[in-house]
Amino acid sequence: MSELRPHGPIVVLAGGLSHEREVSLRSGRRVAQALRDQGREVIESDLTPDLLVLLRGLVDPVVFPVLHGGVGEDGGLQQVLSLLDVAYVGSEPAACRRSFNKAVGGPLVAQAGIARPRMAALPHDMFRELGAAALVTALGERIGFPMIVKPARSGSALGCSKVTSAAELPSAMVGAYAYGDLAVIEEFIEGTEVAVTVVELDGEPVALPAVEIRPNSGIYDYTARYTAGETRFIVPASVSDEVAAACAELAIAAHRVLGLRDLSRVDIIVRPDGTPVFLETNVAPGMTETSLMPQAVEAAGYDFGLLCAQLVDNAWARHLS
Amino acid sequence: MSLPEPARRDTRLDPYIDAYAERTHGLTVSAVRALFAVANRPEVVSLAGGMPNIADLPREALAAAVDKLINERGTQAMQYGSGQGEPFMRDKIVEVMAEEQIHAHADDIVVTCGSQQALDLVTRVFCDPGDVVLAEAPSYVGALGTFRAYQCEIVHVAMDEHGIEPEALRNALVTLKAAGKRVKFLYTIPNFQNPTGVTQTLERRHAIIAIAQEFGLLIIEDNPYGLLTLEAEPMPALRSMDADNVVYLGSFSKIFAPGFRVGWVLAPHAVREKLVLTQEAATLCPPVFSQYAIATYLDQFDWRAQIDVFRDMYRERRDAMLAGLNDHMLEGTTWTRPAGGFFVWVNLPEGLDSQAMLPRAVTARVAFTPGTAFYADGLGARFMRLSFCFPPPDRIYEGTRRLGEVLKQELELNRTFGLGASSPRHLDLSTGPAPDIS
Repeated sequence: MSELRPHGPIVVLAGGLSHEREVSLRSGRRVAQALRDQGREVIESDLTPDLLVLLRGLVDPVVFPVLHGGVGEDGGLQQVLSLLDVAYVGSEPAACRRSFNKAVGGPLVAQAGIARPRMAALPHDMFRELGAAALVTALGERIGFPMIVKPARSGSALGCSKVTSAAELPSAMVGAYAYGDLAVIEEFIEGTEVAVTVVELDGEPVALPAVEIRPNSGIYDYTARYTAGETRFIVPASVSDEVAAACAELAIAAHRVLGLRDLSRVDIIVRPDGTPVFLETNVAPGMTETSLMPQAVEAAGYDFGLLCAQLVDNAWARHLS
Repeated sequence: MSLPEPARRDTRLDPYIDAYAERTHGLTVSAVRALFAVANRPEVVSLAGGMPNIADLPREALAAAVDKLINERGTQAMQYGSGQGEPFMRDKIVEVMAEEQIHAHADDIVVTCGSQQALDLVTRVFCDPGDVVLAEAPSYVGALGTFRAYQCEIVHVAMDEHGIEPEALRNALVTLKAAGKRVKFLYTIPNFQNPTGVTQTLERRHAIIAIAQEFGLLIIEDNPYGLLTLEAEPMPALRSMDADNVVYLGSFSKIFAPGFRVGWVLAPHAVREKLVLTQEAATLCPPVFSQYAIATYLDQFDWRAQIDVFRDMYRERRDAMLAGLNDHMLEGTTWTRPAGGFFVWVNLPEGLDSQAMLPRAVTARVAFTPGTAFYADGLGARFMRLSFCFPPPDRIYEGTRRLGEVLKQELELNRTFGLGASSPRHLDLSTGPAPDIS
């Protein structure tokens, strides 16, 4: 790196106006502190009209977006940063869009031969126009119960429900549509829940050890995600070496298929027969005290701050080239 | 990058998870509460929090007075103080309470860290786990949290637009007594109740006191908003009608400023003794500097005129909210018309669930508090609390417009899916906004 012109301050972007603002602020503080511990100059900023002024006033900034949900993950922010020719950590706008919209990312991954649950993505207008009763029946027949209903563009399990019968489906749909006008209905797959973080440090995606998730309540919902003690994590996951390798392979494949960059987290269910099934991927994985990625980084024997700093350096080198 | 072979780690990320007291059950992160994080952003009209608007305080003059206080009496003002509260502060509190026809002696007052701590001390002094506390249905979310923290069983008593229904109170007491339950007190906010904005009528006050006397029931009267009347003169406090059977909680948070964290308890002599010792165990003494600052304010400024300024400001905001609700709410929506305080309570059309609707509202850049926050039993989904205390009138009006759109969308969705009229119970126990949410 020594021959490169050094970058300027790192702008850690967190907050925003999404439903996940609180989580993003927590993730942002963690990343900012980790980078400061590495001796880096860090400016923490919310996503406000002052941001562009701030970026214009800085020499050679690198942005580290830690915005969960909304424009932080749907490619909107990345599009603006690309337009402004500002270096940033993470995936390009189109890849973010593909990944964040579960209705797009899921089928793309499936086309590449990766196992994923049966699913349907439906806007709420469809139920109004075709009649909810008929569609609910069709969904029950095609997807089967239990099923998972979730907003197509959201995170942190907000608006997600497990539906065990047709009678529960309407309120689950209303719950998902409260977060956006597109919902995904997918087959519930029984198995071991794991998350695999993928990082690119030497130009190649590397899968970190899978983190196994065992929520006390049985459901990895918002409370289970962000309250220490509410979920048991096993790192690396208590699966065989073969299954662990298959999970890593799946995560890297999904990362590549979606065209992701720098870092991503892939959520997976391992069927009882050991087959990993893709659920979704995240371009801005949570970085809070209870989040999965920092645990995976630690389990890999890597320092979280050092990893963040390397991602920044990679983004800067990419920008210069 | 080469990765070493890792050792397996099995963790719940909290080494003390099995060590916590049972009373911490339910103290978890809440998705509903997290949604309020956007409320303080300027794009969002927040009708969610209960932050008083203190912009009209004479801040420059206050700064000079506090400066003088530090220069001239700083060594006392920044020192430990009395566990009961400073004598001069208690004298001033007697003056403030006289505005609501309460005749008290400074010896019977215990100064606390906001009236929230007063509530904590009273509950600590009276309640064992499993004891029953009666509270209005709905009631102040912060009080429910305190009662839960002491593992009380909260039993709600029905209320209407005139306050607690006396028959409901009597029936609850009879039923609970027959069930062998120990009912420790009735917690009530008689003036501009949080969350409903309802004020108990004089007739109801007499009826409630009569029933309490008949059953030997202690009343905890919480009165933070009493002086913020927007229409008539303040009603006589319950404490002014029964000095022996009412523990009264007061606060400077709404008539001056909440950041000083000064409230008080006025209690019968024997209770007061226990409260002082409990206060010393909890904090040694209430904030001394704050007491000096508040006493300075009460001495040197026309605080009664300042309350008039607050009243005019809040009246304008309340009127904006009522006008906005009138213009934008859907048919089938009803709401209270508070004569003071901070809050309007909205009853939504059949089938709507305010908690489920909150994410949609946040997307539409408006926030409110779901009614479920104010019930200990998961009910209240059909209600929401709107605060008119903080945003300026035009923003409040705009907030009601956005809310009207949200209701419309939600109702349409409910109809599409044929959701029934019944409201679900929500058992997420921490759905109220944090104190720093506007």
